[in-house]
Amino acid sequence: MNVNRRQILYAGLTGGALLLAVPSLLPAHPPGDRRLIFIIQRGALDGLQAVPPVGDPDFGGMRGVLGEVAGVQKLDSMFGLHPSLAGVGKIYAQKQALFVHAVASPYRDRSHFDGQNVLESGGLQPFDMDNGWLNRLMGLESGLNAVSLSAGVPLALAGPNTVASFEPAPVGRINQPLLDKVSALYADDAQLHPLWEEAVDTRKLAYDIQQGEPKTATQAERLARLTTGFLKAPNGPRIAMIETQQWDTHTQQISRLKNQLSQFDLLLTGLQAGLGDMWKNTLVIAATEFGRTVSINGTGGTDHGTGSVAMLFGGTVAGGRVVADWPGLKRAQQQDGRDLKPTTDLHAVISGAVADHFGLPPSKVAQTLFPERSVTPLRDLIRT
Amino acid sequence: MQQAIALNRFGLGAKPNQPAPGDPRTWLQDQLTRFDARPAPIAAVPDYAAVTAETQKIREAQRAARTMSPEAQADARAMNGNLRALMNQHVQARVAAAVASDTPFVERLVHFWANHFAVSTNKADIMVGAGPFEFEAIRPHVLGRFSDMVMAVEYHPVMMSYLDQPVSVGPNSPMGQRFAKRRMGLNENLAREIMELHTLGVRSGYTQADVTEFARALTGHTIVGMGVAADAPGNYGSSYFMAEIHEPGERTVLGKRYPAGQAEQSRAILADLVARPETAKFVATKLARHFVADDPPAPLVARMQQAFLASGGDLPTVYRALIASPEAWASPLSKFKTPWDWTISVWRGAGADPEMMATTQSLLQRLGQPVWQPGSPAGWSDFNASWAGSDELMRRVDAATRMFARNPQPMSPALAQSLLPGTLRPQTSKVIASAPPPQQLALLFVSPEFQRR
Repeated sequence: MNVNRRQILYAGLTGGALLLAVPSLLPAHPPGDRRLIFIIQRGALDGLQAVPPVGDPDFGGMRGVLGEVAGVQKLDSMFGLHPSLAGVGKIYAQKQALFVHAVASPYRDRSHFDGQNVLESGGLQPFDMDNGWLNRLMGLESGLNAVSLSAGVPLALAGPNTVASFEPAPVGRINQPLLDKVSALYADDAQLHPLWEEAVDTRKLAYDIQQGEPKTATQAERLARLTTGFLKAPNGPRIAMIETQQWDTHTQQISRLKNQLSQFDLLLTGLQAGLGDMWKNTLVIAATEFGRTVSINGTGGTDHGTGSVAMLFGGTVAGGRVVADWPGLKRAQQQDGRDLKPTTDLHAVISGAVADHFGLPPSKVAQTLFPERSVTPLRDLIRT
Repeated sequence: MQQAIALNRFGLGAKPNQPAPGDPRTWLQDQLTRFDARPAPIAAVPDYAAVTAETQKIREAQRAARTMSPEAQADARAMNGNLRALMNQHVQARVAAAVASDTPFVERLVHFWANHFAVSTNKADIMVGAGPFEFEAIRPHVLGRFSDMVMAVEYHPVMMSYLDQPVSVGPNSPMGQRFAKRRMGLNENLAREIMELHTLGVRSGYTQADVTEFARALTGHTIVGMGVAADAPGNYGSSYFMAEIHEPGERTVLGKRYPAGQAEQSRAILADLVARPETAKFVATKLARHFVADDPPAPLVARMQQAFLASGGDLPTVYRALIASPEAWASPLSKFKTPWDWTISVWRGAGADPEMMATTQSLLQRLGQPVWQPGSPAGWSDFNASWAGSDELMRRVDAATRMFARNPQPMSPALAQSLLPGTLRPQTSKVIASAPPPQQLALLFVSPEFQRR
């Protein structure tokens, strides 16, 4: 009897000592300090121009004038970075940016609307699910509130958990007596009451953030300031979603992408600067619905394709590298003889990165975010 | 209640000085015979021919200025303001027609179809064409056959321009062969969106090969003055078939073979697409979703689909099936008004003056739905979740408050009753009565029962 009790005490002591001796078994960070930003790139970003595989022997031949490499920053022996992404290149040099190339969601057709639906819902087929993987993520840990920097809540954040949305634009002064009257109008309305309460809180916070904003700030800089302001607010959201549009470069791709990527670069450097210390606890995921054709089309652009690039940024990212199981660019190596063949599952990237970033069980994250099929989370994307 | 449904779910909101509809179903059906496709506000603005003539004049002046002084170049650039002014005239005409309309159900159908066949002025080429496109390709066909509307829409220069058709060149066409080294080729955008968004609907069984074949058939349809058709005969900006860029040969789409046929080849394919049951189902579902519920009742959709097929796509027959269906009259009100519907119903309910209505486009910009500027060819979303968000709600409250901030008159309680017959809640009346007069109309217009339909 005594022995048994001693054994139990001993076991308990050992267990406790083990935990103390090996801190990595405990969460490395107190709960609540991790932040996630999801940037959606609507319209299908051409990953082959943003992160060009300049080391592929077929790159120049397949791409025509889109294969121009002047000014491209070398990332490794295979990949480079578009000249408009200089700020992103610095984050890469700090080993806080990681690109996953030849990546795609399970969607294999070429409709923006369907592709974005799969990207945001996390379903297997378009319109399988009417809520989004970011909203379902909110349910995995208490206090994971979210804000969308957009007019309306996009599908990725739509679902049972209430989400704030704020269209990035200047707000005026707060008229409290009027807000109270409106609250009374919606008091008994199950749909509008929570939306309104959320709106009032968000409005007051946005008003505070925008005080002192430089008049000359660009849209990307304002967006970064707002996003970081929300994420830094006490009891504020810990997840933010940012909309970017117009990646659909069927024509004049060179000049259009130059402009698009410059704005994206300003946004990323603005997020890093704006978050300050919080950047080290932040993960930024940027993803698009699908890629574009390998070859240039008849109008100086590219058409809807399959594989593209996904981007991870932030202090928790095991960055400074490009992750790719490179399929090659020869016609026979292309998806359907036209697109970059996807070799990495975007859902594996998202579930692995998000699980390790928040210290959540990877299999549970994969099942919750992408419940319609079996996804094996990629585990080496986040520093542990 | 049925009156409120007729006025709001099917219409554009009540006007205080108009008598309430007697029998709601009859009121809607009668509108199908009374509709004016070219009401005064629309007849008064420049048509497509006029705006393209103006565009051509400006482009030529800008070209000529390239070799002139910097001042002359700046003046030429400033002429783009004329185009923006033209577009504003068209927006105002659309607003004025909707606010004045005594056939609001059919106006709503015009807005529905313009969104189904969405174009966006975000693309600079078509900025001044969006209004005339709706007025000339949609409005005259809203009470006709679906196939006639499709033919008017898909070959309209504004739609072709929006979906990159003018630059699509058949690789084996005479010009495609001659300039094989130049970057000229097929562009699938129009073919894909016709199948995916305008007729069959996405995932209805067609393949990438069908899209490509249809795109080949469509080559040659282009626009005078644009790209390869820069020197084509005819009025600048008008549709033009250019045989030199048409891909020769027969095509196979959805298993059916179409002999070589120049300009008529794609029309033959399109005629078959609009007659397919997938198209009937897609159109019926979208109409039912727009008017009744995000997830429309299956029997309602089936009845409308059947009406479409049995009548050969006669749209009034489909609308009558909608009106006659009990599901279309069910409560509670489940749809949340889009910013456009909400704004028009506010103007109607408040008896807005032209000065107020002139703010519509900037207001809709703030509310997230500027006229003719959807973000994609899919048009604006018709799902509640896209519009009933916390920020949207706040923006409507802001907008409504600003509209009436200088209105010293207390609101008449009879107004709320006449705008919301049978749906006005005592709570809303109570809150309005407790508010200072400049806030009263605003509170009525942001009430749950006014924002839903």
